[in-house]
Amino acid sequence: MHLLMPLLLSAALFGIGIYGVLARRNAILILMSVELMLNASNISLIAFDIWLQDTLRTGQSLAVFIITIAAAEIGLGLAIVLMIYRQRRTIAIDDLVSLGEKLATRNTTRDTARDTTGYTTGQGTAR
Amino acid sequence: MSDQSLLSPTGLDIIFALLGIVVIASGLLVVTTKQVVHAGLWLVVCLGGVAGCFLVMSAEFVAWMQVLIYVGAVVVLLLFAMMLTKAPIGRSDDLDSSNKFVAAAVAVATTAVLAVLFVDGYWQTMVDVDSASTGSAEALGEAIFSTWVLPFEALSVLLLSALVGAIVISRRSASATEAADEEEVAG
Repeated sequence: MHLLMPLLLSAALFGIGIYGVLARRNAILILMSVELMLNASNISLIAFDIWLQDTLRTGQSLAVFIITIAAAEIGLGLAIVLMIYRQRRTIAIDDLVSLGEKLATRNTTRDTARDTTGYTTGQGTAR
Repeated sequence: MSDQSLLSPTGLDIIFALLGIVVIASGLLVVTTKQVVHAGLWLVVCLGGVAGCFLVMSAEFVAWMQVLIYVGAVVVLLLFAMMLTKAPIGRSDDLDSSNKFVAAAVAVATTAVLAVLFVDGYWQTMVDVDSASTGSAEALGEAIFSTWVLPFEALSVLLLSALVGAIVISRRSASATEAADEEEVAG
């Protein structure tokens, strides 16, 4: 097998993940795109490991470690997303502009304008 | 992507190329579909295809780890999170932000840089996939529990702390939400 096949697949999958992270608004979809990028790096690691015939299995061990870290990351990330949803009633990334517990008053007009879109209701302003 | 091996494609090459097409197509659907739940289900196809690629590259153990952890656990977690955040079942048009053309440009540029780098560096490198048991559970287990045992232990501590952190975050937010709901009812 040519080494370029897995490497080009990895490059394409990484680009798809970058597009997803940058273009999506929903936090869960962004976490999915991060998973795609981690998988792209895993493909590269496996390909280089098989190519080098490494006796220490460095690439495959690192791929297993990355899978584990991805599981930990997705658990923590989804816990944070759920907490944000409970507090703000939205997980649209570009609506989450304030870092404090309560939304600042200057966001009120913008959030009420979002009310019509359905999924991103601005009920956080009620608090 | 199989342009270099068109001269004498083996069976493995063809299988890998087909799996690659499946992975890229389903990955594109994950980041472009208008339905949140469909994105999660296409992610299953994509990650399953990646596991198939691992199998073709004779990394059996990593492939089954991929199926167990990603398809079994991560996707189920994502679907649960969609359910808990009341994701819309049907089409929703506000999933993409307004700067998605800039995002597409950045993604294409990154892919081009990586592809040019790979093609320039490895355009005549062939991989011998047929050599025996490079990725079996026995070989990888020996490597992990002899050479990489310290990173393995550090990783187990990391996983434990991540899970404890996730529990702490959910518990605190539950009490905070109750307090907020009581405030709303009272106010």
